[in-house]
Amino acid sequence: MNHWIILPILVPAVVAPMIVLAVRHDIVLARVFSVASAVIMLLLGGILMGMAADGQTQMYALGNWPMPFGIVLVLDQLSALMLVLTAVLGLVVVLYAIDGWDRHGRHFHALFQLQLMGINGAFLTGDLFNLFVFFEILLIASYGLMVHGGGPARMRAGVQYVVVNLVGSSVFLVAIGLIYGVTGTLNMADLALRVPEVGASEQALLQTGALLLLLVFGVKAALVPVQFWLPGTYALAPAPVAALFAIMTKVGAYSIIRMYTLVFGDGAGEAAGIAADWLLPAALVTLVVGMVGVLASRSLGQMVSFGVIGSMGTLLTAVSLFTPEALSAGLYYLLHSTLAAATLFLIVGLVVDRRPGLGDDLVVAPTFAQAGLIAGGFFLAAIAMVGMPPLAGFLGKLLILDAARDSDAVIWIWSLILVTSLLAIIGFGRGGSTLFWKSAAVEGRLETDGAPESGALSFVAVGLLLASLVFLTVFAGPVTGYLDATAAQLFETRAYIGAVLD
Amino acid sequence: MEFIVASSVGVLTAAGVYLLLRARTYPVILGLTLLTYAVNFFLFAMGRLSVNLPPVISDEALGYADPLPQALVLTAIVISFGMTAVVVAMALRAYLESDSDHVDLSRSEGSEKADHS
Repeated sequence: MNHWIILPILVPAVVAPMIVLAVRHDIVLARVFSVASAVIMLLLGGILMGMAADGQTQMYALGNWPMPFGIVLVLDQLSALMLVLTAVLGLVVVLYAIDGWDRHGRHFHALFQLQLMGINGAFLTGDLFNLFVFFEILLIASYGLMVHGGGPARMRAGVQYVVVNLVGSSVFLVAIGLIYGVTGTLNMADLALRVPEVGASEQALLQTGALLLLLVFGVKAALVPVQFWLPGTYALAPAPVAALFAIMTKVGAYSIIRMYTLVFGDGAGEAAGIAADWLLPAALVTLVVGMVGVLASRSLGQMVSFGVIGSMGTLLTAVSLFTPEALSAGLYYLLHSTLAAATLFLIVGLVVDRRPGLGDDLVVAPTFAQAGLIAGGFFLAAIAMVGMPPLAGFLGKLLILDAARDSDAVIWIWSLILVTSLLAIIGFGRGGSTLFWKSAAVEGRLETDGAPESGALSFVAVGLLLASLVFLTVFAGPVTGYLDATAAQLFETRAYIGAVLD
Repeated sequence: MEFIVASSVGVLTAAGVYLLLRARTYPVILGLTLLTYAVNFFLFAMGRLSVNLPPVISDEALGYADPLPQALVLTAIVISFGMTAVVVAMALRAYLESDSDHVDLSRSEGSEKADHS
C-alpha cells in the first residue's frame, strides 16, 4: 500500500489545528506554517503525479479494511492532476493573502488549510459517502472564508451561499440513499460492478439517484438552472478567497467526470450515459447565461464571476460528449480556466484596494496607483479568459471545437462557443477600457490612505499565475500528451475497478 | 409501517421546501431543519425497514438489519447539526449588520453597496 496517497489530506489536517491551537496569536508564525504547508502540498502533488504517470491506478485502504467494506482513497492520473492544480492555486493565493489581507479577520490560515484538505480529499476519495464528507469539509471551511472580513453585503451573500449548499447537501444525501438502497454499496469501484446488474424494476430508483447526483454536482459546478448562487458569492467574497473558489466549481466538474465515466459510463447497462442527455443542453445554456452576464455586469468582480459560469459551460460541454478526445480537451480547458479565473479575481482585489469608495464598479473615475501594471495584467488575463490567441484559452477552445466535430450537436456547440466568445471579448474589452483606459483620461487621481494593502507580494502572486498560463500555452504539447493519457485511463474502468477491489 | 414512514418523509420534505421558499432567515432555517429530518429518515429507510432484527452478528438472529445506513445517518445528523448552528450564527450576524432578514440577494442589491474591505 502506498502511504504517500493520504499525505495531501493529512498535511493540512495537521497544520490547521496547529495554527489554531499553537500560533493563533502570532500572525507571522501562522503565515510561515501556512506557506510551508502549501509548498509541501505542491511537492506532494508533484511526487504523486510522478507515481501516477505510469498509468497504474493505486489505492489506499483507510484502516486497512478489506474492500469493498472500507473507505478507499484512489490515485490515478486525473486525481494527481487535480491535486497539483489545487496546490499551485493554494500557494499563489496564500502568497497574496499574507500581504496583509489575512489580518482582516481571525483564523484565515486555519480555514484555508481545512479548505485545501477538503478539496484534496474530494479529489482522492473512491467512496461516494466519503465524497459527501469531504464536500462538507470544504464547504464548512468555505463558509468561514467567504465572510472573512465581514460587512453587511458579504454576510448576506454568505447566508445565501450557505443555504444553497445545505439544500445541495440534503439532495446529495437523498441521492446517496437511493443508490445505496438499490445497489447496497457506496464504494465507487464496487458501484461500477453492481450498477449494470440492477434489474428493470429498480432502474427508476437508480436513475433518479444518478440524476439527483448530477443536480448536486451541478450546484457545485454552477450549471444552469442552479448557477444563481455563484455571481453573488464570488463577486462579494474577498479577492483571495474568490481566487481559491475558482477550484471549487472544478470539484463539481471533477465529480461529474468521475461518476459518469466510472459508475454510469458505457458499461452501466440500462443506466449507461444517463448524464449526457441532460448535461449537454444544460452546459450550453450555462455558457450563454454566463457570457451574457459578462456583458451585463456592473462591476469587475461580477464580470469575472459570470466569466467563470461561462467557462464552466464550455468545460461541461466538452465533458458531456464523453469521448476521450473531448475529455482531454475539457481537462486542458479546466486547467486553463481555473488559473485564468483566479488571476482575474486577484486583479479585482488589486483594483478594489486602490479605488477607495468605488471598489471595482465599472464607472469612469480618476486613475489610481499602479494602474498601468494592473491594466497589463488584466489585459493578459482577460485575453486568456475569453480565449483569444496566443494564450491557453484559445488552444483550449480550439481543442474542444475539434473534439466536438463528430458529435450530433456539433452545429450548436460550434456556434454557441464562437458567438459567446465574441460576447465575452466585448464584455471584457468594455470593462477594461472603462476601468483603465477612459479613467486614465480623467483629471486627478484616487488616493488611498497610506500605501494600498496589496503590495509587491500580491503582484508576485498575479505574476506567478500569469506565468502558469504562459507555461500552459508553451508546453501545451507535453500537457495535452499527459491529458490524453488521463482521459484514456478514465475510460479504462476495468483497470480502476481491478486496482481497488483486487 | 411503510406507508407511515414514506408519507412522513413526504410531509417533512414538502413542509421543508415550503418554508425554504419563504426566503426569510427564520423560516429558511426551520425549513432546512425539516429537510434534514426528512433526509435522515429517508436514508434510514434505505436499509429496508425491519423490526426486532439485530444489526450485529449473533447466534440466534434470524436476519440482520443493515447497519450501514444507521452509521450514515449518524454522520449526516452530526454534519447537519453543525451546519444548522453555522447558518443560525451567520443569519443572525447578517441580520444585525444589514437590518434585513431576506435570504435572496437581489431584493435590496440596489439600495446597498458592497463594502470593499
